[in-house]
Amino acid sequence: MTIQLTNIKKAYNQGKPNEFWAIQGVSIDFEPNRVSCLKGASGSGKTTLLSMIGCLTRPTSGRILLGDRVISSLPERFLTEVRRHTFGFIFQRFNLIPGLSVLENIMLPAYPLGLPYTELIASAKRLLKDFNLSAKADNPVEWLSGGEAQRVAICRALINDPQIVIADEPTANLDSKLSYEFMGLIDELQQSGKTILLTSHDSVVYDSAVVDRVVEMRDGIVLTDAG
Amino acid sequence: MLYFLRKQKYLIDYTLSSLLRRKAKSLGLLAVYSMIVFMLASVTLFSHALRNEAGLMLQASPEIILQRMEAGRHAMIPTDYLQRIGQLRGVKQKEGRLWGYYYDPAVKANYTIMTGGQSETPLTSIIIGTGIARARGLDVGDYLTLRSQNGEAFSFQISALLDDKSELVSADLLLMSPKAFRRVFNIPEGLYTDLVLSVRNPREVITVAEKLTQLLPDTRPILRDEVLRTYDSVFSWRQGILFVLLTGSILAFVIFAWDKASGLSAEERREIGILKAVGWETADVMRMKFWEGMIISLTAFLIGYLAAYAHVFFASASLFEPVLKGWAVLYPQFRLTPFVDGLQLATLFFFSVLPYIVATIIPIWRTSIADPDAVMR
Repeated sequence: MTIQLTNIKKAYNQGKPNEFWAIQGVSIDFEPNRVSCLKGASGSGKTTLLSMIGCLTRPTSGRILLGDRVISSLPERFLTEVRRHTFGFIFQRFNLIPGLSVLENIMLPAYPLGLPYTELIASAKRLLKDFNLSAKADNPVEWLSGGEAQRVAICRALINDPQIVIADEPTANLDSKLSYEFMGLIDELQQSGKTILLTSHDSVVYDSAVVDRVVEMRDGIVLTDAG
Repeated sequence: MLYFLRKQKYLIDYTLSSLLRRKAKSLGLLAVYSMIVFMLASVTLFSHALRNEAGLMLQASPEIILQRMEAGRHAMIPTDYLQRIGQLRGVKQKEGRLWGYYYDPAVKANYTIMTGGQSETPLTSIIIGTGIARARGLDVGDYLTLRSQNGEAFSFQISALLDDKSELVSADLLLMSPKAFRRVFNIPEGLYTDLVLSVRNPREVITVAEKLTQLLPDTRPILRDEVLRTYDSVFSWRQGILFVLLTGSILAFVIFAWDKASGLSAEERREIGILKAVGWETADVMRMKFWEGMIISLTAFLIGYLAAYAHVFFASASLFEPVLKGWAVLYPQFRLTPFVDGLQLATLFFFSVLPYIVATIIPIWRTSIADPDAVMR
């Protein structure tokens, strides 16, 4: 599913003295089944751009097309539906919910779908097995190491079998070894047909052979697009 | 439908685990909430049951009490008034009553003294209420000395105790023969405290009362319904006083609940952001919080109400005894007949459960309609 962005702008606190334009007119396409990485310094606008693609926020102006569907002007309810069925998110700080077990955290995105419990738990356990986490299923997430927590975050992103996986600074809290392992997992996801969008200013990510395309951003605009 | 039910089950599961994660906070809220429901339910259950009880007991009392008035005050009524009432149509039975109050300095309490109705009661025998027996440590066969109007001491032997089932109205009651009563209170023959009349047809009570007022203009008929209304307003007044006393704690709870509900912590806001980011709709988040409100408020309501039920009907409302019970110093000890009014239950539910749910939902709604992208940062 192709993602097309046309002259996208995003302002925060619009009309107020602290108005800030995070994205200042970006037009770019992302092809399906590829690994694309947005790189740039902190404040360059890469996370904001991913948030708009992932329907977590709306652009102030411009148009986002997902396949042949315009998603930039969809009401909240439909945005959630697109988000739920199309995207899986891996956050910088993993954003797992403390106090819940690994299994419960992974099943969270699937609760609103109302699937039968046996089906739900089978999917979660399959993912845990794929990511070597079966032994940790009932542990609270606070007990996990950084690498394990990230793998749980990946499992959670995949539970609804999304077509597009969005990862924001996925290696920011990992050492080099775990960062390389993560890129290996990204490669596997691409092999299984997923489209991957990453943001990073870690060379392990944007210099990785797994990444098909690197888009450099600065001050809310695209500086270079290689790949 | 199955999909909807499964979704609700998942939301409730998540809510329960959410509550367990914040165990101390949830239990604290539950305890305070239950306490408020317990206090409110105790007051309403108790005063309602008391009114009900008083109504049942007064059913056996005469339909009309006739008092003579003098300068706007209750005065003794001559026995010839009974003849003057004559054969008034509708009156089944009429008789004179003697009653008064006696202050006992030994226990600093007032007794209500009445004549037993049988003139053949031995002059030196009395029957006393269980409240008096408790206060003075008396039992059947013991003696009680009362001092008359002119300072003369009269010693009475207790022949029986009044049935404790009627303690609500008889705790401070003392029954003696009319002759003894006249001696103690120095009341001459030919005078009664008031007259009591039974009416054949209850629907004619007002007509009979009107006829009495015309026939004996210096008298005032008091209907049984009026006595019931007086009891009702006395209990309502006491209930009101207690509600006023409880207002402080209720207010504290409202502030606590509002603070809890509106002042979402950064952690809670972040959690809502995560849930929305991973695919929960605003409605899902609100449903989850609705279930949270329901679980807390319903549990608190059940605990509070059941505890209040036990407190009122099994422990004789011992916590509120000084405020709600007794118009004398001698507090009655009795067990009320369990009585739950549906409307009263619904009102309590409406005023304790719904406000909490609403107070929980509104701030959540405000937070959950925001874009979840903040969670990315």
